[in-house]
Amino acid sequence: MKIEAYVTGIAVLGPGLDGWPQSRAMLAAERPYAPLPTVLPPPALLSATERRRTGRVVRLALAIAAEAVAHAGAEAAALRSVFTSSTGDGQNCHELCEQLAEPAPEISPTRFANSVHNAAAGYWSIATGSMLPSTVLCAFDGSFCAGLLEALVQVAVDQEPILLVSYDADYPPPMSAKRPVPDAFGAAFVLAPRRAPGSLARLEVTLCNEPPERLGEPLETLRRSNPAARALPLLKHLAVGRRARTVLEYLEGSSLAVDIEPCA
Amino acid sequence: MIPLVLSKFTATSCIGRGTAQTLAALLAERSGLAPCRFETVRLDTHVGEVPDVDAQRLPPEFLRYECRNNRLAEIGLEQDGFAEAVEEAARRVGRARLGVFLGTSTAGILQTELAYRARDPVTGALPEAFDYAATHNTFSVTDYVRRRLRLDGPAVVVSCACASSAKVFAAARRMIDAGLIDAALVGGVDSLCLTTLYGFHSLQLCAIGPCRPFDVARDGISIGEAAAFALLERPSNRTASDDVLLLGVGESNDAYHMSAPHPEGRGARLAMEAALLDAGLEPDAIDYINLHGTGTPSNDRSESQAVTSVFGPSTPCSSTKGATGHALGAAGGLEAVISALALQHSLMPGGVNTEHVDETLTAHYIRHNRSAALARVLTNSFGFGGTNCSVILGRAG
Repeated sequence: MKIEAYVTGIAVLGPGLDGWPQSRAMLAAERPYAPLPTVLPPPALLSATERRRTGRVVRLALAIAAEAVAHAGAEAAALRSVFTSSTGDGQNCHELCEQLAEPAPEISPTRFANSVHNAAAGYWSIATGSMLPSTVLCAFDGSFCAGLLEALVQVAVDQEPILLVSYDADYPPPMSAKRPVPDAFGAAFVLAPRRAPGSLARLEVTLCNEPPERLGEPLETLRRSNPAARALPLLKHLAVGRRARTVLEYLEGSSLAVDIEPCA
Repeated sequence: MIPLVLSKFTATSCIGRGTAQTLAALLAERSGLAPCRFETVRLDTHVGEVPDVDAQRLPPEFLRYECRNNRLAEIGLEQDGFAEAVEEAARRVGRARLGVFLGTSTAGILQTELAYRARDPVTGALPEAFDYAATHNTFSVTDYVRRRLRLDGPAVVVSCACASSAKVFAAARRMIDAGLIDAALVGGVDSLCLTTLYGFHSLQLCAIGPCRPFDVARDGISIGEAAAFALLERPSNRTASDDVLLLGVGESNDAYHMSAPHPEGRGARLAMEAALLDAGLEPDAIDYINLHGTGTPSNDRSESQAVTSVFGPSTPCSSTKGATGHALGAAGGLEAVISALALQHSLMPGGVNTEHVDETLTAHYIRHNRSAALARVLTNSFGFGGTNCSVILGRAG
């Protein structure tokens, strides 16, 4: 079976990268890339109560998910989803661990509910009313690849469109010393079994054991700094818009090769 | 779907290490729950603690992976000849054609919780020995198992709270269907930690005594821990009539609330219907339902409504969490193994601890073991974030 899908929607948010339209030329090296702190928009999809309850990571995931769905002209409730993240909500985790280190620990119920790795997927489902299957993955630095592979396998096997949301943000100290991630980065894709009028490209993936593609600086530093930014070689080729093959970082002894065939 | 065979399976929880002890406890209607004496936690609740987990040592080359969750994984791998069965399969299909798909909610976060008590008083730094990637990170358990068994195939953790290790069956099956792998190690490992004990306590969801699913006086969950594994492959001429098949999986979302189920079990119903559709079965083909049955007032009410809306009021069902506690991210895997044992041993396990079934719950809840030939069993797992998964297992012959 060919593990393939069409990219019908795309989104990116990271240091100096504020959405696909603004970022495309920088990723294609048509304009210089300048890393600036990631700006996360307020979570327009959530109610005021939920907005108070959610941190940066949920805002990041929801922002890119919404951008990719809008770009695809799709209806969020009609899409399955794969969320993938190495860290989940690092700030929330740090605050829980601080409270649990007290002699008589007391933690907030909201903080605990938000500590699950699938918090962003839960808020997305509630915000969009999507009851379709959704899964949430982690593969450390290979989390983006694990998500891309799962999403493409679902498209290939079940022939339904799917939303892939990959996101990671920084831990505060002291965790940041153990897991340095300087800033938030996320990428999202709507992947479909059939070509649509606005489709960017057809992707086909195979497992291999080749080393992952490296980028020129300063994008290479960004790629290595955040697990979700391991998507950058794919984003670069989609931005350039020419037929290409890239290899993405997955696991020790296993990489993912992606053949990219533009639709234009 | 095309059925797959569980060519080997094992489970370790507070009711026993391996399938023989687990089955003996189920047959004796024995609960493994006891008052919480875990670590420094002195909450008035019962837990399902696996004895002597921290006496387990990982092989010396895995020193950096030492944490309660990976120790529990190691204990699990050593039961029932499971690691040997994986090795045999890896040699047969190739190490790159065997994937690893495990569910966990908290992985080795206990290690981080302990590290936060030992921060440098001046700088606030965590202890030198704390290893983030090998213990804390959600992926650490799959990373450990993959390296320990020297597998080179695709590998991932599914972390969807308490549905995690049910959903791994769907992920693994799709990858086998797609032809990327020939066999999959699936399952779940979750271990006791402060986050979940104090967290569920903060939500007032912990029972004081042992949990009593579907009881009129049920007052919450008892947190447990488990390591459960299964090896999934396509059926072959080695498949015997008492082997257990994966027949269908259904997944859904409630789209309702982060930490409370939909009151009428809307998402739960969709998951069960999707599993039946996937298996090509009508509701009356299911002989027994192993419920999510956490023992919280809201879960049991909503699940009972969902079960009745799909199956009517007569399909026997029970929750085995009165025996094992709620193993959270490992619950789906543990209860799949219990369902497989039920199929092989013609056993509908009764819901222990439950004394007076809540008569307003319409599902047909059984409190004591029944002996009956079972052809197909459905098991439910639901989690925070409104994530739901139902798995259907059946006898090969």
